Amino acid sequence: MKYTIHATCSVLMLPFMLATSAMAGSADVVVENAWARASIGTSRPGAAYMEVHNAGDEPVMLTGLLTDLAMRPEVHRTATDEQGVSSMSPAGDIVIAPGETIALEPGGLHAMLMQLQRPMEEGESFSMTLTFSDGGETTVEVPILGIAARGPED
Amino acid sequence: MQSRSVLGYGAAALGALALTLFVGWWQVDGPGAPVPDDGRPLPLTVMEFELTDHEGRSVEPDTLVGSPSMVFFGFTYCPDVCPTTLADISGWLDALEGDAEQLNVVFITVDPERDNVDAMAEYVGYFHPAIRGWTGPEQQIALAVEGFRATYEKVPTESGDYTMNHTASVFLFDAQGRFVTTIDYHEPREFALPKIRRAMNEKDAEGAT
Ligand SMILES: [Cu+2]
Repeated sequence: MKYTIHATCSVLMLPFMLATSAMAGSADVVVENAWARASIGTSRPGAAYMEVHNAGDEPVMLTGLLTDLAMRPEVHRTATDEQGVSSMSPAGDIVIAPGETIALEPGGLHAMLMQLQRPMEEGESFSMTLTFSDGGETTVEVPILGIAARGPED
Repeated sequence: MQSRSVLGYGAAALGALALTLFVGWWQVDGPGAPVPDDGRPLPLTVMEFELTDHEGRSVEPDTLVGSPSMVFFGFTYCPDVCPTTLADISGWLDALEGDAEQLNVVFITVDPERDNVDAMAEYVGYFHPAIRGWTGPEQQIALAVEGFRATYEKVPTESGDYTMNHTASVFLFDAQGRFVTTIDYHEPREFALPKIRRAMNEKDAEGAT
């Protein structure tokens, strides 16, 4: 399963691209392998994962997330220290160097979906927008897999 | 006067030495063994706590003695590490096939405030059926965490909620309740199965001697 949004390739996006050609950076961002786990109801936070690739030749900075699924979507980082203790905190802005890919994956960075507005049902999907410091945005459709999913292929 | 106090000190020093030796014996070979505080989890036979499993049964560390065990801490409001650990464990249990039945697999919550018996039952229901969920009074959870030499901490979040920092390692014990090893969170998956098999085989090694 590959859910890819090529912001640069969409013919529909062409007028926007012409209008916003100043933001060369985030227009070259490609999001792949997005997935999320189903939730139990709405009281617990959800998590989504994906790879964010900067195909351009200048750095881009991921500044935030938007989705109607959660009131507070936020990029978080899980850290596990030498004693094996895991903690989680907001990751802040994330710079992606030209040609680099950052992975939002279990145990590392994740899109934390706080205050769910509806349950995340296995088999459904939701759209999530990544916002960048240059004002650009990339929207990706995130398939919802089972609670016990381990990766985009599950 | 002076010599008497020197003698006194001497006697006290001898007494202290004897006490040290006695304590040393007690701890290493005596009835006090084995409770080494080298950061290793205590044997299950020495731990003391009383919790309730996700089916409402009363459980304690002794419940696990007799079969090899895999135990880990977490909480059901944990969006990343805990479902990943539970999913990993489910995968290991699938790989063990029929042998998985010999194992006790226990998920102990560090968030009893939100994880009551019903919450644990619903949550573990999404993973491998061998996984049991244990919860109970905060003070009993603290005793369990202490016995495993694990840690947990409640951390408020910006939204007014809270999350829990906690030890994410999976603890393995043999059938006698002796600690064998841990599977750490970031360890490659291919290391996990041999470790689990090792914990399961300690039983046979004991039986042979
Ligand atoms: Cu998070």
